[in-house]
Amino acid sequence: MNWLRRSSSEPLWKEEFSVRTADERYVTRRQLTKFLVLTSFGMFVGNLWILVRSMFSKSPSYPQQTVARVGEIPVGGVKLFTYPTKDDHCILVRTSENEHVSYSQKCTHLSCAVYYSQEDNRLECPCHKGFFSIADGSVLQGPPSRPLPRIILASRGGELVAVDIKTS
Amino acid sequence: MTMPVNTDLPPKTRGLTAIAGAMSLIAVLLIVQIWLLSAALESFLAGKRRTALPAVIFSGLMFLVCFGLYVFVDRVDSDVRRGGEDR
Repeated sequence: MNWLRRSSSEPLWKEEFSVRTADERYVTRRQLTKFLVLTSFGMFVGNLWILVRSMFSKSPSYPQQTVARVGEIPVGGVKLFTYPTKDDHCILVRTSENEHVSYSQKCTHLSCAVYYSQEDNRLECPCHKGFFSIADGSVLQGPPSRPLPRIILASRGGELVAVDIKTS
Repeated sequence: MTMPVNTDLPPKTRGLTAIAGAMSLIAVLLIVQIWLLSAALESFLAGKRRTALPAVIFSGLMFLVCFGLYVFVDRVDSDVRRGGEDR
């Protein structure tokens, strides 16, 4: 491990606070190289962490929750609710007489709340003009790179029940 | 009039050039690694988990290249210092 040892016999403070400007620049560049390599190692560890999370995290199970009654909201109308926790805001849209869709209200760009634009029939994020398709939550325009998580709904006994979340 | 060649330069200047070159390469690799990490994270959050393994492999390779360049810089540094002490 020869490269880990300092090559100079001079004390560290003399290297870092050199009298000569050229020497000072020299040391600074060498230290920056070390810093860059350490940052590179950090990036590698970050990727490794993502891999470990991908391999060992199991898909979460979500509770079933009644979000609205069928016919409660008019065609083109919306209802806001929270699912699966109180902090996860979602939007329910009645797109036609027999069709309801629901998505997370959190924009996948910077987590602003999206709203439904009935004129354009799409979900819009007012912060950076990110537009999402009402049909599947995919990105139509703007900075978001991921679709909105979709809340899977089931119709049971005249009620709309949220049963799952689909992220892609 | 002839252009000076690198061997005419003092060892410290040559060392600085080598370190600057290696540093530039490391910086480029680091930018690619940062992009790779953000792309892998984006994929992970989107629920696509197949991209994680290739991202780790390429990131690891780039780190190894960076480390190799660091070893090179350290050796150049040692040589320059030894040269400076001999003179």
